[in-house]
Parts: sequence; C-alpha cells; structure tokens
Amino acid sequence: MAKASVTPSAEERLILTKKNRRWDEVRGRSLVTICAIIMIVATIAVTIFLAQKGLQSFTVNNINPIAYLTSTNWNPVGENASFGIFPFIFGSLAVTFLSALIAAPLGIGAAIFMSEIAPKFGKKFLQPVIELLVGIPSVVYGFIGLVVLVPLVRDNLPGIGFSLFAGVIVLTVMILPTVTTIATDAMRSLPNSLRQGSLALGATRWQTIRKVLIPAALPSLLTAIVLGMARAFGEALAVQMVIGNTRDLPGSIFDTSATLTTIVTLNIGHTTYGSIENNTLWSMGLILLIISFVFIFIVRYLSGRRKI
Amino acid sequence: MQVAAAKETIFKINDLNLWYDDFHALKDVNLEALNNEIFAIIGPSGCGKSTFIKTLNLMINMEPGVRMTGEINYKEKNLLDSRVDLVDLRRKVGMIFQKGNPFPQSIYDNIVYGPKIHGIKKKSELDEIVETTLKDVALWDEVKDRLKTSAMGLSGGQQQRLCIARALATKPDVVLMDEPTSALDPISTLKIEELMTELKKKYCIVIVTHNMQQASRISDKTAFFLHGRVVETAETGKIFSNPEDKRTEDYISGRFG
Repeated sequence: MAKASVTPSAEERLILTKKNRRWDEVRGRSLVTICAIIMIVATIAVTIFLAQKGLQSFTVNNINPIAYLTSTNWNPVGENASFGIFPFIFGSLAVTFLSALIAAPLGIGAAIFMSEIAPKFGKKFLQPVIELLVGIPSVVYGFIGLVVLVPLVRDNLPGIGFSLFAGVIVLTVMILPTVTTIATDAMRSLPNSLRQGSLALGATRWQTIRKVLIPAALPSLLTAIVLGMARAFGEALAVQMVIGNTRDLPGSIFDTSATLTTIVTLNIGHTTYGSIENNTLWSMGLILLIISFVFIFIVRYLSGRRKI
Repeated sequence: MQVAAAKETIFKINDLNLWYDDFHALKDVNLEALNNEIFAIIGPSGCGKSTFIKTLNLMINMEPGVRMTGEINYKEKNLLDSRVDLVDLRRKVGMIFQKGNPFPQSIYDNIVYGPKIHGIKKKSELDEIVETTLKDVALWDEVKDRLKTSAMGLSGGQQQRLCIARALATKPDVVLMDEPTSALDPISTLKIEELMTELKKKYCIVIVTHNMQQASRISDKTAFFLHGRVVETAETGKIFSNPEDKRTEDYISGRFG
C-alpha cells in the first residue's frame, strides 16, 4: 500500500493522463456512436416492419394495389368487401395543403413582423406565446375544435359542422406556430449586411424585405412550410375530432370527410390482427410513411439550395 | 489647369455631436469634404470614425438610442434639421461596407437593384447601367459572360468591386467607404485602391481606414479621430510628414493604436 502511493514521476504522470484521456476518448466516442446506431436501426426497423405488414394486403389478401389507391369505395366488412382508400388519401392531402395555404402567409407574415418590424416585442412577447402554442397537446386543439369551432361552422356555414373545413382550421392553428418559429429563425439568420446593403442603396424597409430578404430566405421559408405540412399530414387525433370521419369523397369543403390517419386510428383497435381490414390499415400506414419520406426529401432538397 | 477651379463642397460638418444613449461618441466634429477628392478618416478602434461615416447617409439612425446635434450639410442642406428624404439621400450618397455584401442574386440583379428601386424600368437602360458600372469597377471583363449567375460565386475582392458597382448604379455624388479593403488580400486591395483614385475623378469619396499606408497612398485629405474628436485634419501629405498635433504624430508613427 505504502509503495503504491508513492508520488509518480512526471513521466509516469504524463503516461497515466494520456492513458486516461485515450480511454475517455474511446468511451465518449462509443457512447455517441451507439446512440446514432440505435437511431438508425430504429428507423430502418420501423420502415421494414411497416413495409412488410403494409404489403400483406396485396401479397396475402390479393387486393389490387391500383384499385386500392384509386377506388372511392371503402366497405371493409361483409360479403362484397371493397377496399378503396382514395377518399382518405384525398382527405389527407386536402387538409394538408389547405391548412398550409392558410398557415404559410400568416406564419411568414408573423415571422417577418418578429424579425424585421418589432424584434424586441417579438422576442419578449410573441416568441414565448408561439412556443407555448407548439407545446399544447393535439387533443386539446381537437377538443376546442369540437366544442367551439364545429358549432360555429354548423350555425354559420353550410353542412353539419363536422367538415373538411373544420379540420383545415384546426390544423392551421396547430401548424401555424411551427411555420412561424422556423420562418422566424430563417429570417433572423440572414446577415445584417444584407439589410444594410439594401437600405444604403435607398430602399425602404418594405422594399428590403420584399426584394432582398424574402428571396434570400426563400429555401428556408419553404422548409418551414413543408415541415408544417408534414405535421399537418401526420396529425390524427385533432382532425378526427372535427372532420366527421365519413368514407365518401367530400363534395365541398363543408362536407364531412376522413384522412388516412383518422381512419387508421379509428379502426385499428377493433379489427382483428391479420384480418384483411387490419392489413389494409397497415397499408395506409405504409402510404403515410412514404408520403412523409417525400416531405423529408423536399426539405433536404431545399436546405441544399440555401443561398447564404 | 485645375488649380483655379474651386472644388465643390459636398459635405460640411459643423459642431456635430452624437450620443448613443449616454455615451458621447462624437464631440464637436467639424469637417469639410470636397468633390473629386478622397477624404480619409483614420484613428484607433473605437475613436468614432465608423460612427461618423454612418452619419453622412444617416445609416446611423438604424442604431438604437442615437441622438445628434449640430449640422451635417450635404450640398448646403442640413441632414439633421429638415425632414430629409432618406431614399433620395441614399441614392446620392452611396456606401460600401467592410465586407462585400452582395445580395444572393445574380450579378446583373445586384447592380440593377438600386436603379429599379429608383424607378428605372427600361431593359436597355438597365443593361447599359450594368455594363458601364462594371466597366467603371474593372469587373466587366471578368464577369461579362456570367452576368446571370449568382454573385455569391465571386471572390471576396470581386464581390467588393461588385458592391461598388452596385452603389455607382444609382448615380451618386458621394461614395462612402467603411474600411472597404479590411477583409481583402493585398492584390484585391490594390485593385480597389486603383479604382478609388479613378473614381474620384467623378465622385467625392470618404473612406474610413485602419490602414495608414492606404490613407497616405490614396487620399487627398486626412482627418485623425481620437476619442470622438477630430484631432487634426489637413492635406494628407502634410499630416503624414509634418503633423501639428503630438497625438497624430504618435499614432501615425505607430506609437499607439
């Protein structure tokens, strides 16, 4: 014991710390590598599982994939069962694009207000409010939609209240904070020299925003919109509570409708695992995944085109 | 030949004082900048020279808490007491920044940005502006085949010359330059300096520089700023060979700053 506690020479100490450091290095690196591997494995596993399950309705149950995607007849039980999910694909894309159409100008407008017009007020007041909105659970949005929005639509607009329109409005409110937050970051990350350069040439603030800043931030602003769309596309609960969940193609935006996600969440619980209907729901999950991939690819493509 | 012709006064600054909130950044500044001359402003960091040059096109108003007293006369019009038209002022008083700041657009669009804002719409006219200004900054031969490509692909020196061309495109009387070569390599710096001596034939140039050799090489008059005051202003030759003030002498001989 006594021998071991003899103070090591400078050289020994150096070797000791080097050894420690190397071990530290290896340990740290393995730790983060494992994290990364788990991420990748999880993603691949989900994809493979979903592909395998989702393709069963075509391989095992012999449903024609073309008919599955294009038919408007969804009648999954009974003798002459028919599996056409076009109305749900349409519903999903409709709520996604319509809510993005409303949320994009509002969100980008708010972002410009926060970054260019009133940065202090924006940072102190508006930003926390928006971050709070992101944190509200979707069921709350759905509930408010159900209790406030649906009766309002029923009383003032055609239809029964439950409608594509109500779904679009709820989703708009839900994705607005996402779009605004990302768009604000995009505007704020523009170098100040662009603003100065434009103002020094005699441009007004509005001209600077319109002709220099927005074009410069455009790829990032589009990314904001696409991420908002991805969120809208994947949302199930809130939409389900207000859209009405009918299986027909809506004739107008005030008609009831359904989306891929709402049909899956509504039916997955009461279908038998391995049944045709259950399998077709998995196929919808696969389609959701594929379309989400498309969104991600769009985002990747846009971020590659960033100009600054 | 030119001796008799008096040069027009472009800027006449009388007793200019400037505060950022409580900080007194410029104190009783009196200066005069003439047409067809390069007016250099030298001084150590924090002496107020960048603040001063930004008052000349009122870009200083972008900073929070700025207050000014005195007179900044631009062609006999006080920028501080009347309601100046900023758009018009900045068309006439161009500014070049430390680092080239082209817009992430094409070379062509960068140059026509100013003229378009000020109402020029005819394509032939815009084309002509692009060609003449790029020739003025000696960039035409380098970029004439790729006017529609992004300005971000140019080198630092080319970007800075493009920004000068962009400023010239609004047909200014004055070009303000805030350390225009501080981010450039020596060869690009030389090109910009040559350009400045060329430009002074048509414009009044005010330049802030950290580089005293640069001031002595290119400028006609030099002002030495220290702690927000103008210590000395004189012909460049005189200030660098025979300064009146001890502090100027200390600074230019490298004893501080």
